[in-house]
Amino acid sequence: MRLSRHFHHRGAPSRVTALVVAATLALTACGGGGSGNDGGAAPQGATQADIDKAMQTPTQLTFWTWVPNIEKEVALFEKKYPAIDVKVVNAGQGTPQYTKLRTALKAGTGAPDAAQIEFQYIPTFSITKDLLDLRPYGAEALKENFVDWTWGQVTGANGEIWAYPQDTGPMGMLYRKDILDKHGITPPKTWDEFADAARKLHAADPNVYLTNIAANEAGAWMGLLWQAGAKPFETTGPESVTLKLNDETSKKVADYWGGLIKEGVVSTDPDFTDPWYQGLNRGKYAAWLTAAWGPVFLTGSAKATSGKWRAAPLPQWGAGKSVSGNWGGSTTAVLKGTKNPIAAAKLAEFINSDPESTTMMATEQFLFPATKALLADPAFAQQKPEFYGGQTVNQTFGEISETVDTKFQWPPFLDQTFSDWNETLGKAFANKSDTGAALDALQSRVTTYAKSQGFKVES
Amino acid sequence: MNTSTTIHTAPPTVAAHRRAKGKRQRHANRGYLFVTPFLIVFLAMLVLPLIYAAYLSLFREQLIGGTVFAGLDNYTRAFADERLRSGVARVALFFVIQVPIMLAVALCAALAIDSGLLRLSKVFRLGIFVPYAVPAVVATLMWGYLYGPDFGPFAQVAEKLGTDPPRFLSADWMLGSLANIVTWEFTGYNMIILYAALRAVPHDLYEAAAVDGAGSWRTAWSIKIPALRPALLLCLIFSVIGSFQLFTEPKLLQPVAPNVIDSAYTPNLYAYSLAFTSQEVNYSAAVSFLLGVVIVVASYTVLFATGRRSRS
Repeated sequence: MRLSRHFHHRGAPSRVTALVVAATLALTACGGGGSGNDGGAAPQGATQADIDKAMQTPTQLTFWTWVPNIEKEVALFEKKYPAIDVKVVNAGQGTPQYTKLRTALKAGTGAPDAAQIEFQYIPTFSITKDLLDLRPYGAEALKENFVDWTWGQVTGANGEIWAYPQDTGPMGMLYRKDILDKHGITPPKTWDEFADAARKLHAADPNVYLTNIAANEAGAWMGLLWQAGAKPFETTGPESVTLKLNDETSKKVADYWGGLIKEGVVSTDPDFTDPWYQGLNRGKYAAWLTAAWGPVFLTGSAKATSGKWRAAPLPQWGAGKSVSGNWGGSTTAVLKGTKNPIAAAKLAEFINSDPESTTMMATEQFLFPATKALLADPAFAQQKPEFYGGQTVNQTFGEISETVDTKFQWPPFLDQTFSDWNETLGKAFANKSDTGAALDALQSRVTTYAKSQGFKVES
Repeated sequence: MNTSTTIHTAPPTVAAHRRAKGKRQRHANRGYLFVTPFLIVFLAMLVLPLIYAAYLSLFREQLIGGTVFAGLDNYTRAFADERLRSGVARVALFFVIQVPIMLAVALCAALAIDSGLLRLSKVFRLGIFVPYAVPAVVATLMWGYLYGPDFGPFAQVAEKLGTDPPRFLSADWMLGSLANIVTWEFTGYNMIILYAALRAVPHDLYEAAAVDGAGSWRTAWSIKIPALRPALLLCLIFSVIGSFQLFTEPKLLQPVAPNVIDSAYTPNLYAYSLAFTSQEVNYSAAVSFLLGVVIVVASYTVLFATGRRSRS
């Protein structure tokens, strides 16, 4: 019988496939092994002669960034320094790039000379001693060029300059003027007014929410905490960190939003997903609490609603205040393993501080500027996009940028913190459950993790 | 040459014997030559990473303090890890519910096509197989859209009917929603395996059955299904592995249901998150190894349970 042949081979598939299985798993796990680069002493300052020599020596640099068409700004650099050839690589946007970068750094090969790193990720990469301190390459001289809080973000605990600010995301509120007008609501100036408006609007039209607090967007949440004056993370030394994720301020903010969510007048849809885009286009959300990069992003993502949006500062925690936080924005950092530190540092410096290059970033890639000069430039500030009914949105956000607290810090283990946030406070929002308990759980999870990673934790 | 001299000097019988032996030897050597490319890839891409992962799992690396030898600490931690255990329990439940449904549907489809009673059987066969040809990434993104609670088509229909939209992405429904995607993807694949096995059943059996007066139902039940037992077993083993390794679908649905699918929703997702979110590569390697062991045990359990019966 033919059938009998099958029986002989009965054991084979399982053995082979089991191996395949185990090996696939192993591949997932074998991202790293060796420890990062050694700390070592701070590099000596480069003299002008060193810099001149390095910039005239034929050099190839690799630059990882996800800014579209940044080749244009890089070309300006190459025009000024013809000996330097920069290879631009898009290794993914945000997390995918960091994952690849981390893998390359662990492998000890394949990492770029310079890379785009968001503000909140700087401590995550500086704790592993993967970033180059830019002070020896003249970074301190540029301090006054950049908006104060952005310089605070790139400055390390011992005064190191880890990167140059590239673009920023001071937070404001984009709202649908047509929807608010229809229901006789004036744009709220305080969070109390905002809560009343949320209730009124949802009562008037149950399909509309004043805003959406994305239960997966720890970044935006941190911006709101930033505005409220919370200091959830503080690096108190090279091996110690202060965690205050469940302090009074955090609980106040969480309680406020948790309350509105429980009442059902604020939605909790995950953002940057298909349903969320649809929601923006179809008027499910009457406002988006977003960053300075939001206006341009929305113009491309909610075309159907052109002309209906306006921009305003975030509502405040007290009448007459004007404070904001930041969400997103990037820097250019130099990786410590680079063989051409001078050229890489100058690349990072040039594209983010050269007037022509920064203007190009603001007008071609629509990045929200980090330099004071450009924010004050009428050609930038006085733009009147049709999408916002001719409002000078850049000016609004430029003014907001000056109100961002300069002292906010990020933890050296951001991925873990954000992942824990999703599974505690984010989950509490989505499930309409107790936000206080969620924050306590978050504090305890992050503390446990920090301790397991060898940090001394204070709270 | 050595062989030619032997032929001349040795008695014919011995010579013939040696010649045969030499030929066999050369045949055997040539065999190794043919499997060398496979062996190289197998060693470089499978065995070495496995050994490396095993090695990694014995260490512990901290952001502060560097790497230290940890012995079996990572494994004892994994055994006590509530999140890992609940993940394994979840995929086990997934296996118990999803696999029988998928294999039953695949079996029915294979029998229907094989029966020859189906009009447009080629179209049907292709249609049921096409989802397998769609990359899992695309499939999951598509289903993620279909499941959408506000603007997905099901939600739209529900709204038109004035009922609450089905909550496909809620915590209670999620496992079922994933099972649906996996079933949709892999029914065609299993169907093809079963159909191929059916085509291998000798025709004289059918003729004998027909002579004995068996109708098509009776033939299916008494001849085709027993003949399919080895193929079904193969499908089952693949499914054990697929279920316990569940990763792509939950990973891709995570953005639309971030608070339902957490970082430890399935063991593989947990291993991934440990390595790439928590930077705990060593512990992740230990978790992966334990999962590998679980899969081997589960596969052998299935083989053992079904093997006993089919031999008798």
